Formats: sequence, structure tokens, C-alpha cells
Amino acid sequence: MSDWVEACAAGDIDEEDVMRFDHGGRTFAIYRSPDDDYFATDGLCTHEKVHLADGLVMDDIIECPKHNGRFNYKTGAARGAPVCVNLATYPVKVEAGKVLIQIG
Amino acid sequence: MQAGMVIIGAGECGGRAALALRELGYDGSVTLVGDEPHLPYERPPLSKDAMISDAPEIKAIASDEMLTEKSIRHIHSVQAVGIDRAAHTVRLSDRSVLPYDKLLLATGSTPRRLPMPGLGARCVYLRTFADALAIRSHLSPGNRIAIIGGGFIGLELAAASRKLGAAVTVIEAQPRILMRGVPAEIAEVIHAAHESEGVTVLTGVGIADLADDGAKVRISFADGRSIDADLAVIGIGAVPVTGLAAEAGLTVDNGIAVDGELQTSDPDIFAAGDCCSFPLAVYGGRRVRLEAWRNAQEQGALAARNMLGADEAHAAVPWFWSDQYGLSLQIAGLSDEGKTTVRRDLGDGAFILFHLAEDGRLVSASGIGPGNAVARDIRLAEMLIARRARPAPEALGSQDVKLKSLLAA
Repeated sequence: MSDWVEACAAGDIDEEDVMRFDHGGRTFAIYRSPDDDYFATDGLCTHEKVHLADGLVMDDIIECPKHNGRFNYKTGAARGAPVCVNLATYPVKVEAGKVLIQIG
Repeated sequence: MQAGMVIIGAGECGGRAALALRELGYDGSVTLVGDEPHLPYERPPLSKDAMISDAPEIKAIASDEMLTEKSIRHIHSVQAVGIDRAAHTVRLSDRSVLPYDKLLLATGSTPRRLPMPGLGARCVYLRTFADALAIRSHLSPGNRIAIIGGGFIGLELAAASRKLGAAVTVIEAQPRILMRGVPAEIAEVIHAAHESEGVTVLTGVGIADLADDGAKVRISFADGRSIDADLAVIGIGAVPVTGLAAEAGLTVDNGIAVDGELQTSDPDIFAAGDCCSFPLAVYGGRRVRLEAWRNAQEQGALAARNMLGADEAHAAVPWFWSDQYGLSLQIAGLSDEGKTTVRRDLGDGAFILFHLAEDGRLVSASGIGPGNAVARDIRLAEMLIARRARPAPEALGSQDVKLKSLLAA
């Protein structure tokens, strides 16, 4: 069974921004969308293993800080060169001001 | 349309163009011609990761399976030797002839040669995977590596060589490293990083002679000194590959001259990437040639769209990056467009220099710092540059003002 893990406080991430979260030897990226929903994906770009949390969030897109590979962080879908492999996504919920993610 | 699309040059630009044609739904034939034996691959790792790896591998842009699935015919190890514009055909070095409806020249650039006699097998250049493998075999502890030219490829190679324990000397004829396109303040940070990692960096030192006796290279300087090295890597810039275009009578002007749609002086022939010079819209049409990975990628995709009749003008802002040791440099725009500079400190030694034109327009931004510390703000700067924004210098210089907030202004 997979557990819900507390990643951060809801206020730790600005709207339309991203934060890195490391847990159990893995790294994740937690997003807060412009309309104030939270999302989680694998933390590393599928192109060259760069931390996406250093990248820029614009609407529902995270852009890799290195080579501008783009993903929809809500679905994990790769959005064109140089990335062609989708990102894994994880369920997220906010409870009592905490952001929880379900790590498979 | 029956003859299909032919792309000469199977590097980043040509590879991306071929893929883009299919992504755009083109269903005629697509032929990609390359003179190397490999699949289209990414060159940036050649001076970085591939140098450090024990068993370097190419980082392919597309696998064999992907090319097959997309019906992209990849002809490798062959050169294009002539274009018959009237007949719409390209002649290859294996004597075959390819007809085309539209032709894309993505022939790239080649290392600028040092015009000296005495260059032997221990005097090498870095452009291809084969070059990288040859250099890699010399990078062992204590081996003496001389790098001629303090540009990006040489400096990245210096960093990789140090990681493997080689003894490295960088020799730059200009008064400082990275003279072209990098602000002095940032070049100083990189220079200091190399010295603290044990690289000897010599600036303002011209080369008088290279003598390769088969066992070592003796490098004699213009000031009379000399050093010996086990390998000399020459990294003094690149020149566009324009021979095929020139022979076909296409206009060449510091690269194959194209218009904003990447069309050459022949409407059925396009050129893109390192090999072409084009009007840069963001600077009022100033003609430039860029040797940059992202430009190759973007122009490859743009050429594909225009080969299919999109008639779309190039609008991107030049973008460049380099990794050395734990430092990453990113540049958006061309810094020589700026008249004044505003510095923004980001913490951990990371900083960005914003360059403003006389009228206050942001024209470029250069940043350096550990990891990807400057990436997000350089990306935002790039968007501001593209919008021809005139952000307040005080806002650019203040860490308290988020750059993203300036985009909304």
C-alpha cells in the first residue's frame, strides 16, 4: 500500500510556483497552480535528470531549467523537444494546511 | 509535392527538422543525410559528460526505431557534394542523386583551424563524437593537456580534464577568457573557478608555433616561452559550413544568408542552425549567426514549418548555457547590445547582469551561479527581452522584486 506523505505547508509554495521535495531517496516536485490547486510529479526532468524545481512555472507548464523541456505538471505530459518521455505524477491533497502526496 | 523533403546535415538542427516535419503531419518522403556514422545526436555533452564517462555513448536525438516508425530515411556516412537547383536534386558522395521539393541545409559549423604547420596527431579539435573519444583517451591522471583558446568548448573540456586528474593549461590570446559574448564580471568568476581547480590559465598569450614530434607537442608562445603537452586541443571558434551552398550559387554572408523565414536566395532551399546567418528580429533585424544548441533546435523546427508553407518569421531570443565544475552560466540575448548594466544578486554567489539599451529596453541578461541558480530568472529575462520590455532598473536590481511580477507590467 502506498502512504500519504507530508511534503510541506500549503503556504510554503507561492501561487504558480514549484518546490522540491525529497523523500525516501527519491526526489519530487510539488506545484501550486495559478488557481491554487496542488500537484506533484517526479522531481527530475526526463531528458537529463535536472531538478525541475529550479525551473519556471507558467500556467500549467513546468519548464526544465536546463534545456527548456516543457511538461504539463497536472498530467505529466511532455510538451515537445527536447523531452519526449512523460513525467510520473502523484496524487496530492491538502489537509489542515499541509500538502500531502501519495507516493506509489 | 512528390520528391519530398531532403535535409543535409543530421545534427541537432537537421534531426529536429526531420522529426518536426512528421509532427506537423507531413506525409511525403523525408530524407536526412549525415556525414557521420551515427544516429543524429546531441553535441553539448561531448565537452561535458561524455568526457568524464568511462565509456562515452552518443546521446541520440532519435533512435533507429523512432526513425523507422516515422518513416524518416537516414542516410549516414555520406556527404552531399552538389546541388542542381534547376533539376531540384542533390548529389551525394556515394554517387546517388536525391530529388527534392524543398531542401534544408543544416550543415552546421566546423572548428576554426589553426593556420600553422607542424600540427600532428596530438593536435586535435572537438566537434564530433569521434573527436571526443580521441580526446577522452588522453584524459588520465597527470597527462598534460594544453587547451588553445579560452572559449566555451575549451573551458568545459578543461573542467572535465581536471575531473579526471589531467594537468591542464588553457592558453588564450585575448586579454581575458570568454572575450566574445560574456561580460567580464562573469568571465572572472569562471577564470577563478578554473584556477581554484588547479588549471593554469594564461591570457594575453599568443601562440607562435606548435611542434608535434609524435611523443609530445611543444607549444611556443609569442613571448618566447614554451610548454610541453601530451595533447593540444585547439578550440578557437567555429566557421559555418557553406561550401555546398556557395557552389550552388546561394548567397553567403558569414553563413548561408537566409531571411527571417530561413529561406535562402533560392525559395526552395532553406538553411538553419550554425550554418546560417539570419536577421534577428528582436534587435531590429541585425544579421547574426549563432552557434548554439537551442538555436539549432528552434530553427530546425521553424524551417520544417516554413518548408510546409507556414511563412513564419523567426522571433526567438538567443539563449546559451555552459556548465563548468558546479557552476552554470546562462545567457539570454546578446550582451553587446547593452549600454548600461544592472546587477542582481541571488545568494550563494549567484548573480545576473541585466543589459539595457540606451532607451531602457532590456536587451540581454547573463547569469552565473551554482547548479541552476540563475535558470528561472534568465528564462524570465528572456521573456522580457522578447516583449521589448523596459523594466525599471531598480526593480531588476532588487531581490525583493520578483522578476515574474515585471512580466505582468
